[in-house]
Amino acid sequence: MTLADLSFSTIWPLAFLTVWACALLLVDLLIPKERKGITALLAALGLAFTLGFTLAQIGMQQTGFQEMVVADGFSTFVNALLLISGLLGVALAYGYVKRMGLERGEYYTLLLFSVTGMMLMAQAADLIVVFLALELLSIPLYVLAAFARPKVESEEAGIKYFLLGAFSTGFIVYGTALVFGATGSTNLVNIVGSASSANANLLLLAIGSALILVGLGFKVAVVPFHMWTPDVYQGAPSAVTAFMSSGAKIAGFAALLRVFSTAFPSIASDMTGIFWGLAALTMILGNVIAISQTNIKRLLAYSSIAHAGYILMAFVPYGNPDPHIRNTSIAAGLFYLVSYAITNFGAWGVVIALEKSEGRGLEIGDYAGLARKHPALAAAMTVFMLSLIGLPPTLGLIGKIYLFRAVIDGGFYGLAVIGVLTSLVSAYYYLRVVVIMYMRDGEPETEHESFLDLTTILTAVATVVISLVPQFLFAWASNAVLKLF
Amino acid sequence: MNFFLQPLTLLTFFPLVGILILFFLPSDRKDALRWTALITSLLTFALSLWVLKMFNPSDPNLQLVAQYNWITVAGWNIQYYLGVDGLSILLLLLTTFLTPISILSTWTAIEERVKDFMIFFLLLELGMNGVFLAQDLFLFYIFWEFTLVPMYFIIGIWGGPRRIYAAIKFFLYTMAGSILMLLAILWLGIYGGTFSVPDLIAQHNIPANIQWWLFLAFAAAFAIKVPMWPLHSWLPDAHVEAPTAGSVILAGVMLKLGTYGFLRFNLGLFPEATVRAAPWIALLATIGIIYGAAVSYAQADVKKLVAYSSVSHLGFVMLGLFALNSQGVQGAILQMINHGLSTGALFLLVGMIYEQTHTRELKVYGGLWKVTPVFGTIMLIVALSSMGLPGLNGFVGEFTILLGAFGSLAINNAWFAAISALGVIMAAVYILYMFQKMFLGPQGEIVEEVKQHGHGLRDLNWREIAIMVPILILIFWIGLYPKPFFALMAPAVDQLVANISNVTVAMH
Repeated sequence: MTLADLSFSTIWPLAFLTVWACALLLVDLLIPKERKGITALLAALGLAFTLGFTLAQIGMQQTGFQEMVVADGFSTFVNALLLISGLLGVALAYGYVKRMGLERGEYYTLLLFSVTGMMLMAQAADLIVVFLALELLSIPLYVLAAFARPKVESEEAGIKYFLLGAFSTGFIVYGTALVFGATGSTNLVNIVGSASSANANLLLLAIGSALILVGLGFKVAVVPFHMWTPDVYQGAPSAVTAFMSSGAKIAGFAALLRVFSTAFPSIASDMTGIFWGLAALTMILGNVIAISQTNIKRLLAYSSIAHAGYILMAFVPYGNPDPHIRNTSIAAGLFYLVSYAITNFGAWGVVIALEKSEGRGLEIGDYAGLARKHPALAAAMTVFMLSLIGLPPTLGLIGKIYLFRAVIDGGFYGLAVIGVLTSLVSAYYYLRVVVIMYMRDGEPETEHESFLDLTTILTAVATVVISLVPQFLFAWASNAVLKLF
Repeated sequence: MNFFLQPLTLLTFFPLVGILILFFLPSDRKDALRWTALITSLLTFALSLWVLKMFNPSDPNLQLVAQYNWITVAGWNIQYYLGVDGLSILLLLLTTFLTPISILSTWTAIEERVKDFMIFFLLLELGMNGVFLAQDLFLFYIFWEFTLVPMYFIIGIWGGPRRIYAAIKFFLYTMAGSILMLLAILWLGIYGGTFSVPDLIAQHNIPANIQWWLFLAFAAAFAIKVPMWPLHSWLPDAHVEAPTAGSVILAGVMLKLGTYGFLRFNLGLFPEATVRAAPWIALLATIGIIYGAAVSYAQADVKKLVAYSSVSHLGFVMLGLFALNSQGVQGAILQMINHGLSTGALFLLVGMIYEQTHTRELKVYGGLWKVTPVFGTIMLIVALSSMGLPGLNGFVGEFTILLGAFGSLAINNAWFAAISALGVIMAAVYILYMFQKMFLGPQGEIVEEVKQHGHGLRDLNWREIAIMVPILILIFWIGLYPKPFFALMAPAVDQLVANISNVTVAMH
């Protein structure tokens, strides 16, 4: 068997990044302790190359490794987004780990391994690969969450994340086993084939897919599987949280979209009610609990739960038999992931700029007076908050409008109303951050690091500019899902 | 480059030029910042006069249209679509007219963070221009929601003691309505395959029962903004806490975003539902007129008094709009302008005295006429305009509205108009009560108090008179010779009313 038989080109970017990460692990040994910035730059370089190779894959529509993986519009789109998240993650960490005394070369290598896992997740065409990718992306994140050892909060975050993560993986494995029992295959395409044949056990299939949903629900922090999120997000080093809250969410949703859109279409209409309930519950709970938070990291954690609920709305109209509506809903989900990732990174960038090494600067009250002292930083944070609420002129609004259109198109008016009303609730707590920055006096101290500032500015500008010219991304997202079925 | 040379595009986005300059000016050069903002807004006003010059009043359709495809991928059909017609031209002019006046009124009132203030103010003007000109629902929604943001900052940073509470209340109330409208907009966009308002009106194929729901969703957004009774409770807080310039724009222009929304979207897009809703809206409007007037009279704070009077005045506008005949709608549009001028002027005058006395308690004032005769005279004219004295602008608007409401087939009940007419009398009561308390009678304690702290109360200075004169000219002009104003809107209103009455005939 040759590489050509395996269609190695499907995973070429992924393979490149894996090799790069392994090599970096060795090269890092040669880099002196006080110059670990070089490792960061090398990691960024690897991500940038991989991004280039990924973009070169646009238009590819091919399976590889005996249909274990696939490279298509969907995977290219998600991978590009993941690599950009990786780059932003490195940029945010660059100064942060130095300042917090966490600068060790493994940080960047672990981040790269996690990105490879995420990319594999987006390309998985087999439930076994989904499992593999999930482990590959999660294990480095467990370590990264505990990276600030011996700080108790960080260790607690790591262990909590690990235990619950392992627990949720168990669900996925068990679900996979049941699906295999029901259909005789773990391959997504074959599952569809046998599900429609007479000898499939549909009850087992439904239970199996529900278990997979539970497992992935843990990863993307959907209520009621969200309990770990606030503690882990708060305890983990902020730069890790920034990467984790975007990257793991993108990968988790990519897997959900892939698995539920290709493998289980026959039960899609049965799942509609479940997704409806999960989405509504997640939006309501996430937004309502966020109101009472005073710590910015916990606030953003609950906000991230709430946003998982919005993205979950994309799965509801998916049960509709009209392929046009299905396409719109998945494209809307993808677009929302982009808008959330960009905004979220920006917001975490501001959090990192205000965080002090002893863990001070993380209360919302510490943001008082930011508008006077650092108008640019406050303006950027305002843009991110407006985007998270979903107000013009930001990407968040466009993302929400795309999602709501899909939901209305599918005829789920009740869910759409819940969605907009919870956005209204969210306006209250996001605006509180703005109120404190602009309308209270204080003397906030901030850190200025060139990569950090660059990230914050870039994401703020992107949040506004892409919202005015979203055509390109709209087109890309909707083309990405055209051949998914 | 052609894109920006369209008159309406240029007008809408011109404030950005000023904002760009403001960005590069140092924050401590306060006068330079003020002049930059003032000149920008004056040039914007000049642009709007240029638009007026090119505007053909006899054409009932959209004019000076700027139309480009904006987002036309992935099943979207969103246009960048600006246009002006008889329904919006006067409101557009009101916006560009009141903005420089408001900026001039901040000359000594705003000393803190002048740069931020001016940037937010020009952003607000941009948003308001956009709302009045946008003809694509999506574009409209973006401008509509966008106006919230700068106003929120203006109230929250430069407002009174309870400014943060007021700012958040204003924001959440308004957003609550507009997100329901967003869902209706998306539904319309999917159903009609376009967000363009003229196209959607031309299609005219929305089933009557769905129209009713869409009407309600749009009405939720607009009724909160107007505000119609019983959705008005954000208004007194926002108006009282906002700085003077903010109150002027809030009352003068932003409340009209709501009535304009009804006029342009509810009446145009959902004619059947509009006819069905007319008696109910008339009922709420009438309650608002009486309630607003009664509550105004009970206020001890002069700014609150003026704020509640808006509820009453805007009730007239709503009554006129939903009379659904030519007189009612024309009167309503004119009354929007009148309210913008007279209530705007009242807020300006209250702000001018507040700057000296730092109190708005009615009971500490009295006998001011002797101390500040120019101020008193101007206040009297504005007060008489606000209560609808014949010969001044308010009378023309209210009279036309009441004529329209009496003869309205849609409301079909003369009682609403009859009871509303009582509102005119009640307006006289609370306005004259305020005037008497402040300017007549024995000298109030505040005069002495101010004297103890320095030079004593001074009369209006040249800047303040310069602010008031343009408004006074318009107050007299509309009062004595309203014909040119009606001429601007008549053809467009007639066309809209004809559309609706076709429906009325079909329904009966």
